[in-house]
Amino acid sequence: MPEQIIKKEDKKRIAIIFIVWWLVWGSIHTGVLQFFNITYSHALTDAAVSCSMLAAACLFIINNMRYYLPKKEKYLYVIVISFALTAIWLALDRGILRSIYKRDEAYLQFLNQSLVIRYMIAFLMMACNTLLSLTWYTQKEQAEESERRADTERLAREAELNKLRQQLQPHFLFNSLNSISALTGQQPEKARHMIQQLSDFLRGTLRNEGQQWATLQSEIDHLQLYLDIEKVRFGYRLQSVIRCDENAWQLQLPAMLLQPLVENAIKFGLYDTIGEVEILIAAKRVEEMLEVTVQNPYDESTAMQIKGTGFGLASIRRRLFLLFGRQDLLQINKAAEKFMVTLHVPQRTTGNNKQ
Amino acid sequence: MMKAIIIDDEPLARSIIKEYLQPYTAIELVEECNDGFEGLKAIQQHQPDLIFLDIQMPKINGFEMLELVDNPPLVIFTTAFEEYAIKAFDAHAADYLLKPFSKERFDKAMQKMMLHKANMAQAVTTTALETSAPANRIVVKDNGKIRIIPLPQVQYVEAADDYVKIVTADGHYLKKKTMQFFEDSLPQQEFIRIHRSYIVNAQLITRITPYEKDSHLALLTNGAQLPVSKTGYIKLKTILGI
Repeated sequence: MPEQIIKKEDKKRIAIIFIVWWLVWGSIHTGVLQFFNITYSHALTDAAVSCSMLAAACLFIINNMRYYLPKKEKYLYVIVISFALTAIWLALDRGILRSIYKRDEAYLQFLNQSLVIRYMIAFLMMACNTLLSLTWYTQKEQAEESERRADTERLAREAELNKLRQQLQPHFLFNSLNSISALTGQQPEKARHMIQQLSDFLRGTLRNEGQQWATLQSEIDHLQLYLDIEKVRFGYRLQSVIRCDENAWQLQLPAMLLQPLVENAIKFGLYDTIGEVEILIAAKRVEEMLEVTVQNPYDESTAMQIKGTGFGLASIRRRLFLLFGRQDLLQINKAAEKFMVTLHVPQRTTGNNKQ
Repeated sequence: MMKAIIIDDEPLARSIIKEYLQPYTAIELVEECNDGFEGLKAIQQHQPDLIFLDIQMPKINGFEMLELVDNPPLVIFTTAFEEYAIKAFDAHAADYLLKPFSKERFDKAMQKMMLHKANMAQAVTTTALETSAPANRIVVKDNGKIRIIPLPQVQYVEAADDYVKIVTADGHYLKKKTMQFFEDSLPQQEFIRIHRSYIVNAQLITRITPYEKDSHLALLTNGAQLPVSKTGYIKLKTILGI
C-alpha cells in the first residue's frame, strides 16, 4: 500500500488534540495518585513517565498505520497489538519508576499493587487509540479511492464527449474536393469561392472542437457554410430554410451538436428520396429551453431499412445524456413525408454554462 | 465506337468525368443519369459498353442497381468511400476511382478497362455478380418497376430454374441470381439454407416436423410448408439452438 498523504491542517489539528488529551490525562493520573496518599512530586513523576511512554506507544501505532492498514481481521489486529504494546509499556514503566524510587518502600508497594489496574486502563486507552486511528485511516483511504474513481469517470466522460463532438465525415471532405476539382477546369472563380467556404468551415470546426458551448448564432453561421458547400455539390436538388426567433440567437447549446443533425437530415433526405430536398431548420425559446427542429423529407415505405443503422441520432442522444443526464431531449417525429427531429437544450440561468 | 453512361447524383462529379472523357474520341457519352432508376432505364435503352457508377445514390445504391442489370457492361466505380473497394472488385469492376481523382488516374482506369474488355471477350460466360457484405434489403424488378424489399418482409427464397423466387406476404418476385448468391449475401443467423432449393427466414418458423426418412418439414407462420434436408436440419438445429 502506498504511503498515505495527510494534509497539513489535518496533521496540526491531530497533534493539538493528541497533546491536549495527554496533558489532561496526565493531570487526572496525578490527581488519582494523590487521592491514594502519594506525594505530589511522586505522583507528578509517575504520571509524566507513564503518560509520556503510553503516548509514545500510541504515536507509534498511529504512525505505523500510515504504512500498514489492516484490511482483514481488523479487530483482532486492534486487540493483539494493544495487548502486546501495553505489556511492553507496563514492563518499561515499572522498571523506570523502580529505578527512580529504589528506596521508597511504600511507593514501590503501591506500584506493585496497582499494576493490574494500570494495565487495564492502559489497554483500554491503547485499544481506543488504535481503533480511532484505524477508522480514520480507513475513511481517508475510502475518500481517496472514491475521489480517484470520480476522476476516472470524469476523464472517461470528457474523452467520450470529445469523440462524439468530432463528427466530421471524411466523405464530405473528399466529395467537396472532387467538386472543387471539377470546378477548377470549368469555372475557376467558383472553385476559388468554394475553397474559401470549405476553409472557413474547416476552421470553424477546428475552433469548435476545443469548446463545449456555443451560441445559436455562431452554430447557425457555421451550418450555413456547411449547407452552402453541400448546395454546390448537389445543385438544385438541395434547398434550405433557416427560421430562428429573435430571442433565440443568443441562447447556448453544445458546440457541434447541430451539424451532425443537419448532416443526418441531408443524407436522409438526399438518399431516401428522389427530386428536390428542402431542409428546414427552426429555433425558438420555450421557457428555459432552446428548441431546435430539423426537418427533412423522407419516404415511409423505404425508410424502414434505415432504422437504427447509425444515422447519427444515437450519438447525439448519447451526448445530450452525458451533458444533462436526460434521455428525453431528442424527439423524433415521422409524418407521412416529413422526418422531424426536435432538440431541447436546457439553459442554465446562473450563467455558468461554460464548463 | 463504345457507348458510355455516367451515373452519379452530383452534377459536378459527372462533369469532371465528362471532361476527362473528351480526348477519348472512340467513346461516345450517350447519357448522364442522376440516380439508379435513370441509370437502369438508360442501360436498357442504350445497351452501353461502359458505365461510370457512383455508389451512394438516392434510394438504391450502385451495387443494387447493378444487380438488376442482366448482362452488366464494364463498370468503373467512382466514389469517396474507400471501404467499398473490395465489394466493387467482387462486382467485376474494371476499376475503382476514389474521388477526387486526377486525369492520370482516370487514364489508367481507362487502360485497365480496355484490358478487361479484351479478357472478357475471351471468357465464355460472364461471372455472376457476387457481393460479400450482408444486405439489409433486396432490390428487385417488378413489371419494369424497381421494388425495394426490406429483409424482415422476406419469408423465404426458392430456386426457380435460372431465377430465384423471393416470397413476401404481398406476393413473390423473381431475380436472376443463384441460390448461392443469396446464401452468401443474406445474414446467416436470420436466413438459413434448409434445402438445396430453399432459404428460409428463421423468425417465421413455427414448427419442424419429421417427414419421410432423413428429412423434415418446416411450417411457417403463413401456413407454408418447406422441405428441410438432412444437412439443412443440422444447420437449423445449431442456429436455433435446439
